[in-house]
Amino acid sequence: MELETLLEGFLSRIAASEDLAALDAVRVEALGKKGAVTAQMKALASLSPEGRREFGARINVVKERLGDAIEARRAALEAAQLAQQLAAGKIDVTLPGRGQGTGGIHPVTRTRLRIEEIFAGAGFSVAEGPEIEDDFHNFEALNIPADHPARAMHDTFYFPDGRLLRTHTSPVQIRALREGKLPLRVIAPGRVYRCDSDLTHTPMFHQVEGLVVDEQVSFANLKAMLAGFVEQFFERPRKLRFRPSYFPFTEPSAEVDIQCVLCDGAGCRTCKGTGWLEVLGCGMVHPNVLSAAGVDPERWQGYAFGMGIDRMAMLRYAVNDLRLFFEGDLDFLRQFDRG
Amino acid sequence: MRISTEWLKEWVDSGWDARQLAERLTMAGFEVESVEPATPAMGEVVVARILSCEPHPDASKLQVCQVEDGSGSPVQVVCGAANARPGLVTALARVGATLPGDVQISAARLRGVDSFGMLCSARELGLGEGHAGILELGNGYQPGDSLMKALALDDTILELSITPNRGDALSVLGIAREVSAISGRPLAAPPVPRVAATLPDVFDVQLEAGDACPTFVGRVIRGVRPDASSPMWLQERLRRAGMRSIGPVVDVTNLVMLEMGQPMHAYDLRRLQGGIRVRWARPKETLRLLDGREIALEPDVLLIADDSGPVGLAGIMGGEASGIDTETSDVFLEVAFFQPAAVAGRARRFGLQTDASQRFERGVDPELQERAMERATALLLEIAGGEPGPTVVSGTALSGIERNPIEVSIGFLERRLGLQLQAEQVVDHLVSLGMQVTQSGTDLRVLPPSFRFDIALPEDLSEEVARLYGYDQINPVDATVGQLAAASSEARVPARRYLTLLADRGYQEVISYAFTAKEEQVRMTGEVGLVELANPLSAELAVMRLSLWPGLMATLAGNVRRQRDRVRLFEHGRVFATDCSERNLLAAVAWGQALPEQWSSERREVDFYDLKCDLQALLELGNNTGEVRFAPASHPALHPGRTARVIIRENPAGWIGELHPALLQAYDMRSAPVLFEIDIDLSFMSEPPVYNGISKYPSVRRDLALVVPESILLDQILESVSVSSGSALKEVRVFDVYRGPGLESGFKSVAMGLILQKNEGTLTDQEADSLVASVVARLGSDCSARIRN
Repeated sequence: MELETLLEGFLSRIAASEDLAALDAVRVEALGKKGAVTAQMKALASLSPEGRREFGARINVVKERLGDAIEARRAALEAAQLAQQLAAGKIDVTLPGRGQGTGGIHPVTRTRLRIEEIFAGAGFSVAEGPEIEDDFHNFEALNIPADHPARAMHDTFYFPDGRLLRTHTSPVQIRALREGKLPLRVIAPGRVYRCDSDLTHTPMFHQVEGLVVDEQVSFANLKAMLAGFVEQFFERPRKLRFRPSYFPFTEPSAEVDIQCVLCDGAGCRTCKGTGWLEVLGCGMVHPNVLSAAGVDPERWQGYAFGMGIDRMAMLRYAVNDLRLFFEGDLDFLRQFDRG
Repeated sequence: MRISTEWLKEWVDSGWDARQLAERLTMAGFEVESVEPATPAMGEVVVARILSCEPHPDASKLQVCQVEDGSGSPVQVVCGAANARPGLVTALARVGATLPGDVQISAARLRGVDSFGMLCSARELGLGEGHAGILELGNGYQPGDSLMKALALDDTILELSITPNRGDALSVLGIAREVSAISGRPLAAPPVPRVAATLPDVFDVQLEAGDACPTFVGRVIRGVRPDASSPMWLQERLRRAGMRSIGPVVDVTNLVMLEMGQPMHAYDLRRLQGGIRVRWARPKETLRLLDGREIALEPDVLLIADDSGPVGLAGIMGGEASGIDTETSDVFLEVAFFQPAAVAGRARRFGLQTDASQRFERGVDPELQERAMERATALLLEIAGGEPGPTVVSGTALSGIERNPIEVSIGFLERRLGLQLQAEQVVDHLVSLGMQVTQSGTDLRVLPPSFRFDIALPEDLSEEVARLYGYDQINPVDATVGQLAAASSEARVPARRYLTLLADRGYQEVISYAFTAKEEQVRMTGEVGLVELANPLSAELAVMRLSLWPGLMATLAGNVRRQRDRVRLFEHGRVFATDCSERNLLAAVAWGQALPEQWSSERREVDFYDLKCDLQALLELGNNTGEVRFAPASHPALHPGRTARVIIRENPAGWIGELHPALLQAYDMRSAPVLFEIDIDLSFMSEPPVYNGISKYPSVRRDLALVVPESILLDQILESVSVSSGSALKEVRVFDVYRGPGLESGFKSVAMGLILQKNEGTLTDQEADSLVASVVARLGSDCSARIRN
């Protein structure tokens, strides 16, 4: 019964092993080359074939039982060790992440890009022109000859050589037309300048000009385009009101009021109680403009429109002071970093 | 322009109230900016006649007046006005009345004398600035009548914004014509009878610039009473139009202008010498204007002159020497037609904007002059007496403007407007606007009226038709557009991409003005040849920027002052070279801590290499890897040892560096920011990527620790490695740069890992060893490098 005693002794030592090293020591002592169970195998040689078979079978049972017990204990010890490691490795997941924060795009740029995308969806491409312009492109070709009263509406910055800072994005109309690729659908966003600075004017601001020239273009098409744009920009239908007005480079001309985006037309401070916001100027391109740009007004007609990007940004994001856009205060700008 | 609805009603009765009228005018192109009552509300204020005035027993400046107020028995009122006198018809605010400014009138005892009400000045009633005495109403008013009614104060003023093409609408007549056309109600122009001459006197007029002034109507009126004053109704009309009453002669000329749109001028006949000449200015002539300023004239300025020289700027403003004063009794009236081109722009040149220039620049009806003269004469005689000479017309009477008929078809109008039209209705609308229309089928021949200077083309008629139909009658119609009309290209990195990249790396976009102060510009660019504005708003906004840095630095400094410890900004926009050529630049600045303050990262200041990492990320968008170099350079605004030129495909494309320490003080900063600026067009050219295969074979890494002289740049080492290692070199990773103990001074150690890999076949150890040996040999000869032990 030596074998059974041996088994019981090792089983209790396996169960008592506190760690993997102790367990391994027990394994070597029992089943190693010089282990106690292995030593029993030597006794086999002195036994009869029958006794050898019977004793051999018993030893195998002992080896198997010890092996299983060791594996079970090893798994238990490993699981305990992992659990301990995990417990020790716990972190505060509410601490903030490491590294860089993000910045943001200026609300006027954001608005400009959005306007470009909306018009890209209607087949418009983006055109550009210089900010330092000459009299021809800024005035003359737009049917505003020298001494025209409309020039008084443009407080123009001049350079000593007679050049000027463009007062509107309309000169891009001339440049786009002069490239001669008709039909044409372009928008021209950009900076414009007027010598004016007060609560509601800054000497530099942003406009976007639109121009469509084709063989069959009507005022009715212009109305549809602008109504669609305004609805997409504000993401809700707005009533539009086209009022006759005057721009030297369009005929007929219109100013476009939209239903106030803040009060929906009930009347508020932003719309001065009228329920309407004046946001756009537009009209059918004047034949003199087409002629000045070398386009045959008998064959082609078109419409043009213009609006203030800064003003659209103010209305969209409820900004009540234009000057904030150009003061660079991070407390202001960071409010537009979302989205 | 301010229009009284009461006055307008004398010319056309639209049947609309003031609100409706404002709405209809706005929708017809005459934007009404405000609708306001002509006078603030007033309570019980009545016409009253002073019966007697006695000196106050205890106050030398007060009088005790008995006043007839229509109640049947006299009312006693104590009054301090010097002009209170028996017989004067004036305004009485009764006990219980409330005057503008919420002044309550109650019975009072003034130094022991009872007073039941107040006799009022114009200012106290909100009828203007007059406060020298109580109101002088003149005859024709009934004591006891409400002042509101007597002066037609129950009136509404429309403030209209008249577009520059519609000079014809700058008058009651002009607006009345429009209202008549919109409403279909007839225009009831009051008749203007001729006033017969009672004197033979005439004054010589010579038109020496007949093209510029084809018509000049003049008239002498003698014996005008200098002490006459304008009646209350006239003063009120002027006040409601926003003008001050000056005296009968000037008031009458102003009234005719407001009524008919025809500017007039009145001269003191005694002060004119010889005769009137309408001529262009001569070199070196000067004129002292009515406002007291002396101006130098140029030969394209049209003048009214007499034998002594210039007496007025034609169509703009009279001269001081010949003007009406309080002693004028003999008057010469001028009603002229000046061609718009002869007047346009001149007023602005002299810093003027007058009612006359505003109208003449835009065009005054050339058929109006005689009628205006008769109207003015009749009014002046009625108010201030006098004996008129005959009306003398110099030049061509009537139309000085040649008008051409316009041929237009209904089809043309329909195509332009996108609206179905009825020929008869179009003709009706055009006729209602004073046009003469000959119709044959759907073709029209249209002659615009003499007062419309803005109608010359069929397109002009399309606006008139659209206006009268109403823009709201044109239904929106979607146009048919070719599919995929907008071109799309990958040749340039889209703006949104590179702006977003910077934003995602912690930079906030700002927008600065494109003009800056000269010294700021010089400081940040070192350039002195600047594009200066001829008329800047201020010295801070005087020169066009050559770089985005001055604006960025100013914005940075502003934010640093607001106590931030970390600022990262970027901006994109045009800069302007001295030849006015423009470039699109993108610039950024980083200042303060490298990272936002946080719990597990070391605090350190941002440096050159932080910014360079962001810049390299940007430049990689443009497919520029390998085509970009950073070459040591010097820039006036940057630290001389920490400055690089960005070179793309061998073109200088920008700068990166740390702000020069000498500039820190100017910006009031304790540590230096790092900045870059690159040319957008050069940096963001891109080509579609092309797939280049993936190696199936393992890569081998070999580390080298080199010792090189300090003066050797990493670029030199990399160049040497690149030429000596051939196509198997996939990547070089520089993982350490060391100076200090263990190295001779003047030397540094650079440690790098070479990643080697072949596309076909495994790179053997032997191959790698021989490759590294050749790299080391080449480094030795190119860079005096040796392997560190």
